[in-house]
Amino acid sequence: MRSGAATPTRASGSRTGWLLLPLAGWLVAFVLAPALILLVISFATRDDLGRVVFAFSLENYGRVFDPVYLGIFARSVGYAALTTVLCIALAYPVAWHIARLGAPWRQRLLLLVMIPFWTSFLIRTYAWITILKQEGLLNGVLRHAGLIAAPLEFLYTPGAVVLGLVYAYLPFMILPLYASAEKVEPSLIEAAHDLGCGPWRTFATIVLPLTRPGLAAGVMMVFVPAIGMFAISDLMGGARVPMLGNVIQDQFVGQARDKPFGAALGVVFLLLFLVSYALLRRRAEVRLG
Amino acid sequence: MRWLSSPRCFRFATGSWTALVLAFLHLPIVVLVAYSFNTSRLNVRWEGFTLRWYAEIWSSPVLLRAAVNSLVVAVLTAVISVVLGTLGAWLLHRHRFRGRRWLEALVGLPIAMPEIILGVSLLLLFSTLAVPLGHGTVVVAHVTFCFPFVLLTVRARLQGLDPALEEAALDLGATPLRAFWLVIAPALRPAITAGALLAFTLSLDEVIVTYFTASPGAATLPLRIFGLARVGLNPMLNALSTLFVGAAVLAVLLARDQRRTSSGPAGV
Repeated sequence: MRSGAATPTRASGSRTGWLLLPLAGWLVAFVLAPALILLVISFATRDDLGRVVFAFSLENYGRVFDPVYLGIFARSVGYAALTTVLCIALAYPVAWHIARLGAPWRQRLLLLVMIPFWTSFLIRTYAWITILKQEGLLNGVLRHAGLIAAPLEFLYTPGAVVLGLVYAYLPFMILPLYASAEKVEPSLIEAAHDLGCGPWRTFATIVLPLTRPGLAAGVMMVFVPAIGMFAISDLMGGARVPMLGNVIQDQFVGQARDKPFGAALGVVFLLLFLVSYALLRRRAEVRLG
Repeated sequence: MRWLSSPRCFRFATGSWTALVLAFLHLPIVVLVAYSFNTSRLNVRWEGFTLRWYAEIWSSPVLLRAAVNSLVVAVLTAVISVVLGTLGAWLLHRHRFRGRRWLEALVGLPIAMPEIILGVSLLLLFSTLAVPLGHGTVVVAHVTFCFPFVLLTVRARLQGLDPALEEAALDLGATPLRAFWLVIAPALRPAITAGALLAFTLSLDEVIVTYFTASPGAATLPLRIFGLARVGLNPMLNALSTLFVGAAVLAVLLARDQRRTSSGPAGV
C-alpha cells in the first residue's frame, strides 16, 4: 500500500483510472447482471412449452416451501454440514502435524495435499466409482476373500454421497487450516508445555483459537459449495439421493424444465451463500496459491 | 488415555493420522491409474498390462474434439484473465476512489460463489440476450471465475513491491502506463506466470459452470468425462483420468519451481 501518496496517486490516477472500466464492466455484466436476471426470472412463470413468461408471481417461492423441496433443502444442508464436520475432524490433525514438521518434510507432505487439490473432483469421484461399483474393486476383493456371496451395493447410497463429498472437499479444508497453523508461534506452544499444559489442552486452548481464521476459510470453501454440488450426488447417489443442486440443474437442463422455479431455488441458495459469505469473510483469511 | 498426553505420543498420533488421511486421499487415485493399464474391462482382476485404452482415446473423435475445445478455452481464458487480472490488480493497488471496497468485494464474489449459481445465472443471461451457447460463452464464464484468482495473486505481489520503483520511473518522466510496462510488469512476472497457470488449470478442470454454458459442440473434456462417468465403468475413462492426474502433478511441480525461483535472490 502506498502511504501518504494520495495526492500524486490521484493526480496520475485521473489518466489511468478509465482502465478500471473493463474490470468493473466485466463484473457488472457477468456477475451482477446475471444475478439480477436470476432474481427477475424467479418471479416469472412458464408456459406449457417451458418458455419463461413475465408475469409477476410468488408461486415459485411458495413451491420452495413445499415439503418435498424443504426435505431436499434439509438433506442438502445436512449432508453439507456432515461433510464439513468430517473434513474438519480429518483435516485438523493433518494441518497441525504438517505445520510442525521441518522444512523438507513439510514441503513433501504439502505436495501430497496439493496433488489431489489440483486434480479435478470429477476424476477423483470417478476413482471412487471404480472402487464402489457392483462390478468394482471392493466387491471383487470381498468376493475373492469369500466374505460375501453376492456383490453388495455401496454406490447410490447416502453414505456414498457423503464419502464423495468428503473426499472431494478434504484438500480444501486441509490447506487453509495449514496456512493458519503454520503461523502459530512455536514459542507459544513451548510456553504452554513449560507451564504444564498437556498437548491436548495446548491444542484446545492455543491452537484452536489461533487457527480460527483458517477454520472459517475452510468452512467457507467446503460447506456452501457442498450444498450445491450436483455432480457428486449425481454420480455417487444416482437419482436416489437428490440434493439441492440436482433439483436446480433439473429445472434448467434436465427434464423438469421450469426455469422460473429453478431461479427461485437459485435465489434462495444465493441468499444463503451471501449471508454465510458476509459472516465468514471477515473472520476468514483466504490465502491462495 | 494417559499415555496420549505426552508430547511425543501426541506427535505420533497426529503423524499416524496424517499418514492415514494422505493414504485415503491417494489410494483411490492410485487404483484409478493402475487400472488404466489393465487389459480387463472391469476393475476387479488384474489381467495384464496394456496401453490399449490410451490408444482408444486417441481414436475417439468425440474425445479429441473435446480435448481441443478444452485447450482452446483454457488458453483464451488464461490470456484474458491475465490481462484483466493484472491491470485490475495494479489499478486497485494504486487508486483510491469511492466504491473501491465494493469493487474489491465484487472481485471476491465469483471465487466464493457456488458454481451452480454462477453457471445458471450466466445461462439465463445468455438466453435472455439470445446469445447462442458455444466456445465464446464458455470462455466468458471461465474468465469470470478465473481472473479474480489472477488479480489476487498479482495483488499480493504488488503489496510486497517497493513503491519507490514506480515513483522513480514517474520522476524520470515516464507516463504511468510506460512505468507500468517497463518497471512494474517485469517485477510482477512470477506472479503473472503463477496466475496464468492457475487460470489455465482451473479452466481445464471446470465442470459445473461449463455444464450450463457450453453447447454440445463446445463441450470440454471434463463435460465428456462427466457424461461417461454417469454411464459406468470404462477403462478408457481411467486412461483419460490418468492423463489429468499427470497434468495436475505437473502443475503442482511447476508451481513449486515457480515459487522457488521467485523467492530466490532475484525476487523482491
